[in-house]
Amino acid sequence: MSKISDQHSTEPANKPTIAVFKFASCDGCQLSLLDAEDELLAIAHQVEIAYFLEARTRTLAGPYDVGLVEGSITTEHDAERIREIRRQCRFLVTIGACATSGGIQALRNWADVREFIQQVYATPRYINTLATSTAIADHVPVDFELRGCPINKDQLVELITALVIGRVPRVPNYSVCVECKRRGTVCVAVAKGISCLGPVTQAGCGAICPAFNRECFGCYGPQEMVNVKSLCAHYEQRGAARDHLVRLVRNFNGYAPEFRAASDALEDQ
Amino acid sequence: MGDKRQFEVKALTRVEGEGRLYVRVAGNTVEHVELNIFEPPRFFESLLRGREIREVPDITARICGICPVAYQMTACHALEKALGLTMTPEIRLLRRLLYCGEWIESHALHMHLLHAPDFLGYESGISMAADHREVVERGLRMKKIGNDLLAILGGRAIHPINVTVGGFYRAPRRSELKRLLPELEWGLAAAVETVRLVAGFDFPPFEQPYDFVSLHHEREYPLNEGRVVSSSGLDIQVDEYESNFEERHLPQSTALHSVMLPDAKPYLVGPLARVNLCLEQLPPTARREAETCGIAWPSQNNFHSIVARGIEVIAAFEEAVQIVGQYQVEPAISRIEYTPRAGEGCHATEAPRGLIYHRYRIGDDGLIAEAKIVPPTSQNQGQIEDDLRQFVPSVLQYDDAEATRRCEHLIRNYDPCISCATHFLTLTIDRQGE
Repeated sequence: MSKISDQHSTEPANKPTIAVFKFASCDGCQLSLLDAEDELLAIAHQVEIAYFLEARTRTLAGPYDVGLVEGSITTEHDAERIREIRRQCRFLVTIGACATSGGIQALRNWADVREFIQQVYATPRYINTLATSTAIADHVPVDFELRGCPINKDQLVELITALVIGRVPRVPNYSVCVECKRRGTVCVAVAKGISCLGPVTQAGCGAICPAFNRECFGCYGPQEMVNVKSLCAHYEQRGAARDHLVRLVRNFNGYAPEFRAASDALEDQ
Repeated sequence: MGDKRQFEVKALTRVEGEGRLYVRVAGNTVEHVELNIFEPPRFFESLLRGREIREVPDITARICGICPVAYQMTACHALEKALGLTMTPEIRLLRRLLYCGEWIESHALHMHLLHAPDFLGYESGISMAADHREVVERGLRMKKIGNDLLAILGGRAIHPINVTVGGFYRAPRRSELKRLLPELEWGLAAAVETVRLVAGFDFPPFEQPYDFVSLHHEREYPLNEGRVVSSSGLDIQVDEYESNFEERHLPQSTALHSVMLPDAKPYLVGPLARVNLCLEQLPPTARREAETCGIAWPSQNNFHSIVARGIEVIAAFEEAVQIVGQYQVEPAISRIEYTPRAGEGCHATEAPRGLIYHRYRIGDDGLIAEAKIVPPTSQNQGQIEDDLRQFVPSVLQYDDAEATRRCEHLIRNYDPCISCATHFLTLTIDRQGE
């Protein structure tokens, strides 16, 4: 990854620019930037927060050095908007499960969205939406992704720091199991018989859920090269209900390819 | 004739979510006001069907990253009613503590970083920090304490994982909570300072005949429980909510507008409604500051909402100090067990932005068969439009940029959360004929 500030001097006037864009989402991932309470003012000193509607009224025109994209694509208009944003951003980074895999709203991808509209809205013809909720990378090339539902604010600070000084962000690519071991949490899958997605989920959260006596439900999405089907088969053999496993895998990152394939395979059995 | 004007603001900022406002005026007459929420719908009520009871607090949290606890709490209470569960006093207190954390982080963010800049003349909290660094830093530290409280109780600040139907997966550790006590005590003093600061702001003289709606509880400031009351005399159980309020779908919006029946009138929920209706239930420090801040309650001016928000931050810190101070042993039971079964239940709690209502029906298979969710911002939407109809004539003397800035300021009084309401704003003021 090249240094984003290469083209700039160290003068404050030429600080690297960051823009934050929102698509279908809950705002929680962009809120993570404001949740970096100890770092926010320092970040604002080092980078130009050029476009961030949730936090500031002033907007600077692009192009931008870094675009942080939250949310999934669910309308024709948004599918067009992300293409323009891609043109405006040197580095495009997706933040969170919606942007990286379609989010919880991607459950519609297994349903009839017309029926959803009729159920929620009295006047369905006012609603304009696509039949699917899809990841940003399904529409434009993405340079880097931060996982999580929500993202970890420390990873966000690390990402911005790395881009400013011109190195690759350090984000773990091992599974949640490693974080559990480091934390000293007794394995809930082995010791308590809970069906846990930790073995196939990318680390980053700090393995919070098992530390609170519950299963990992895959907020950070599938780790690379995992066999989700095999894990589900193991849990099923141990007595877990198949429809429970479908729901477990099919949630916040349910439309990520590895999770999708596993839940579809369970249903087809 | 000849003085029809049209303003345009493409995107309303410093709000959560995205939307647009369209205003058309002729002379001093506002011909049309339309709040256009253009965030794409996410269909939570539909995608909850067929999910497990225990998944509901995890899924509904994702409606809003700023107030996930409001969704989790409301869902849990509603489902517990459907299942006939009664919480222990210990769980009840810990839930109040969790909600205090959310009020603190959400209110501190809005007051210091999003709303104070309107009063002090900045485009953002970031710019404001150049001249008022101590105010912004105080707000950030208060917000951080709220988030720390959420993380200790909920596992993390955004989308807590420790909230479940029946209680908590694990009780918070005494040592973790006690460690936060000095910060909570600092926060209480800091919140008093902030109230004294914001109460001295210059408030536009904009009094409206609002009908305020909030929960009301005899013995405590409303968070998790209470009757639904209004300043016009409504006083009902939560299960009568749907026969007194109705959601309507308007063309310009992916959010549903709520109105109060039988007259289909708009109403106001949120901090100003709560302080006006529940002043007597405020804990002592919050009450003292409310009574000495120079504003007479009940106030009919929603620009005072920033002060009401501050009073609630005091109340939240005050209650948190008390609950944490008294937390001696981790409760033996952190979660009431249940067997999924058919049933129906509804509940309302007080989100930072106002009353929130959920109803669920559980099917014979123990899965969610039906869900109804009414967030605070969709309830305030009609009132925001009404406010603008009244307010716009007073800003027509200004150029478009200034008129727009003042309208946005008014909208921010509501701390609207458009992601919640399905979604928020771009402002267009159409001065016809110019």
